Amino acid sequence: MTEQAPTSEERVAKLQGLGCSRKRVEDARFTQGKGNYVDDIKMPGMVFGDFVRSPYGHARIKSINKDAALALPGVIAVLTAADLKPLNLHYMPTLAGDVQAVLADEKVLFQNQEVAFVVAEDRYIAADAVELVEVEYEELPVINIATKAMDPDAPVLREDIKDKTEGAHGPRKHHNHIFTWEAGDARATAKALDSAEVVASELITYQRVHPCPLETCGCVASMDKINGKLTIWGTFQAPHAVRTVASLITNIAEHNIRIVSPDIGGGFGNKVGVYPGYICAAVASIVTGVPVKWIEDRIENLTATAFARDYHMTGQIAATKDGKITGLKCHVLADHGAFDACADPTQFPAGFFHICTGSYDIPAAHVEVDGVYTNKAPGGVAYRCSFRVTEASYFIERMVDVLARKLDMDPAELRLKNFISKEQFPYTSALGWEYDSGDYQTAMDKAMKAIDYAGLRAEQKANREAFARGETRKLMGIGTAFFTEIVGAGPVKNCDILGLGMFDSCEIRIHPTGSAIARLGTISQGQGHATTFAQILATEIGIPAENITVEEGDTDTAPYGLGTYGSRSTPVAGAATAMAGRKIRAKAQMIAAYLLEVHDDDLEWDVDRFVVKGAPDRFKTMAEIAFASYNKAIPGLEPGLEAVSYYDPPNMTYPFGAYFCVVDVDVDTGVTDVRRFYALDDCGTRINPMVIEGQVHGGLTEALAIAMGQEISYDEIGNVSGGSLMDFFLPTAVETPHWETDFTVTPSPHHPIGAKGVGESPNVGGVSAFSNAVNDAFAHAGLVHTQMPHDHWRVWKVANDLGLNG
Amino acid sequence: MDKMHVKLTVNGRKVEGLAEPRTLLIHFLREELNLTGPHIGCDTSHCGACTVDMNGMSVKSCTVFVAQANGAEVTTIEGIANADGTLHAVQAAFAEHHGLQCGFCTPGMITRAYRLLQENPTPTEEEIRYGISGNLCRCTGYQNIVKAIQAAATTLNEAKEAAE
Repeated sequence: MTEQAPTSEERVAKLQGLGCSRKRVEDARFTQGKGNYVDDIKMPGMVFGDFVRSPYGHARIKSINKDAALALPGVIAVLTAADLKPLNLHYMPTLAGDVQAVLADEKVLFQNQEVAFVVAEDRYIAADAVELVEVEYEELPVINIATKAMDPDAPVLREDIKDKTEGAHGPRKHHNHIFTWEAGDARATAKALDSAEVVASELITYQRVHPCPLETCGCVASMDKINGKLTIWGTFQAPHAVRTVASLITNIAEHNIRIVSPDIGGGFGNKVGVYPGYICAAVASIVTGVPVKWIEDRIENLTATAFARDYHMTGQIAATKDGKITGLKCHVLADHGAFDACADPTQFPAGFFHICTGSYDIPAAHVEVDGVYTNKAPGGVAYRCSFRVTEASYFIERMVDVLARKLDMDPAELRLKNFISKEQFPYTSALGWEYDSGDYQTAMDKAMKAIDYAGLRAEQKANREAFARGETRKLMGIGTAFFTEIVGAGPVKNCDILGLGMFDSCEIRIHPTGSAIARLGTISQGQGHATTFAQILATEIGIPAENITVEEGDTDTAPYGLGTYGSRSTPVAGAATAMAGRKIRAKAQMIAAYLLEVHDDDLEWDVDRFVVKGAPDRFKTMAEIAFASYNKAIPGLEPGLEAVSYYDPPNMTYPFGAYFCVVDVDVDTGVTDVRRFYALDDCGTRINPMVIEGQVHGGLTEALAIAMGQEISYDEIGNVSGGSLMDFFLPTAVETPHWETDFTVTPSPHHPIGAKGVGESPNVGGVSAFSNAVNDAFAHAGLVHTQMPHDHWRVWKVANDLGLNG
Repeated sequence: MDKMHVKLTVNGRKVEGLAEPRTLLIHFLREELNLTGPHIGCDTSHCGACTVDMNGMSVKSCTVFVAQANGAEVTTIEGIANADGTLHAVQAAFAEHHGLQCGFCTPGMITRAYRLLQENPTPTEEEIRYGISGNLCRCTGYQNIVKAIQAAATTLNEAKEAAE
């Protein structure tokens, strides 16, 4: 008896390709403690670096005395700005066109700024030596709030550029001003506001927070003096860009620099930038000739590398009496800290903030952003979002709720009334974006039905009546949020970082026995690329995902790409993967035609093989084709089966979703319980539903943290609070509610497989949903807007100010 | 600083070494014994990435001097797997239920769950959530971690019943 040939369905199942919840290949090493993170790297002769940091927010450095530190046995060197100056490395370029002090030059501009770098034989000696470096300071007045930065008598923060009237993004109008940037039609917007039946105004502040991945930043730099090659293993979300920047600032030829991102313990935007620690470790290795490790501790991480947000957004939204939105205006005061180190594409100093018309068909809009310097840490990274998209989404989703209060309309109804309709896609917004695809109405209807929105409102009405009767001390709040993201940066025509176009890449090599390796320009930090990119490829080329190795992060072997952040891996590198796979398949078709002695056009693709049309018994599997490519002399074809694709996306992608949050607020304590959270996401084609749901769970938990407790603030003399896990809120399993997830699928029309990216959606939509729920709980008592974070004290204060505490 | 002679049992193996009195257990494990499974994620004993098992209790090895572990039995993530080399039920369940993403909290989280299920073989969801509240995860939102621990409890209890 002959064995039954596998059916087409069986062969599809064997591929573990697109759309299946394939288990992750990464997990075997992580569950056994065999991951390889940067601090796990150990090299012969390796020494340790540690920073002396500023205790002051703003001070002049009068002297630095290294003698006691250098006298400590085991201390190898103490570097200061004076040592870096001859190398021209005391300042480094930032991603935003500014410069940042690597080690403080004459003065310090924020608490915990890097002042000196101690190199010692082990980390304990390095820490001891840090204590022995004597720095004398003269304190200077501090600017701790963006709103005071441009006061006429505000102290000059950046003496290095105080006479520069032209910044990287146009004229500077004050010594603490960085840029003014605008989008939209100011005149049309003014007209819409002036002639509106209703205008609602509000100041929406998005507090300073931090991505706080569980692994902090760090690196091991190793200069091989024999062959002149500098290798840096580090926590880099964009290893190729780091190599180019390192080459430009050190004058080491780019082929002599190798950047490796090993396993990364979460990034969330924190690991996009270039930090003084990387430069100091590299310099120290060049000077000492031995590998130098630098790993920041948690306090250093929270207070010195990569804050996010800190946007003060003043909005006006215009509408007709029956709730049709006619105009939107926003002015942002953007606090960039002491150096402009925001991670945004060059042309967009406020990122993609001008996605702030959201999911609504708003005919006129105008946005103006003023970036300013303050005595705070630099950063301004996209914390689990595309560039400034979380700020934009929070702004519009709060403004729509504020308008709903003013119109006395239901917030969900107001949204439904103003959605961009399905027929309007591709839709060009008043602020200039072309939305690729969407079906907002369907998503919202599905979500409202799933949570029984009408039922929840009825329950809330009953709750408020019971509260008024004194039968309960809890108020129920319902948060509605509908977000549209803009991710997948981006088209080279308008997206670059330091002149490097934001394409991405994939290189595939098929081995003779029918397995494969794919290398990409991105780098996973927990997203599971080794699992999901193999799935894309499995479906494209008919090789089971388990037989495809995915490699990223080593600039000596991976093709050039701009890395992983802004949900760009799937939209850009995922597209490159599919396109490279299609090139493989095109060559495979020619090989199959030769083997089967038919014309190319007589073949059709069937899951994992080319079949002669009309003759299903005549076929060549991909494995057979792979072997033939290595052992047959095929006229007109080179041996081997490889392909590379550098993919320049024609547009961004626009994931969207409908989120609902139900909270119960105890007015006497301010304790807010999240009773229910429902998240419907539309990220286009779904590659691995299990991974998508995991991403949504994680992003929602980060949104919970931001909305309900995270804040990094500075007092009037520049002391930072929220700088350790003692007072920076990371939710535990106890505070984290159960998440309900759901989806619709509206593929991107321009992406090869229709995928849009999902990792950041839950943060972008989640923050608004939580905040709207807290605000909604007090709406009947007259609250229009209260600022985040909604921690117990602030929520209690709202209740108290509204007279609800009896 | 004068060094002390410390002797302990780690993952069933007797080890000894010289360490300063101030040397933390996590540094001794990672740097002297090359057991880099447990990680360091904070300075304040909050994150739990460094969790190991010491004398039958979960401890944060960043908050224990190796001197305090002198003579102790310590188990790290590297010693959790079954004697035959197969994955422990908790390890297998984390992979099966997508209870990890970046993997940085995972060694501490699994080591804690391993002990939790010995302290309480049939925990409720609430007991699991409290039981792992000393371990922070930034990626998963805990939902699948809870699911994995529930599944591991079932597997372990079934195996125990079958053995009885």
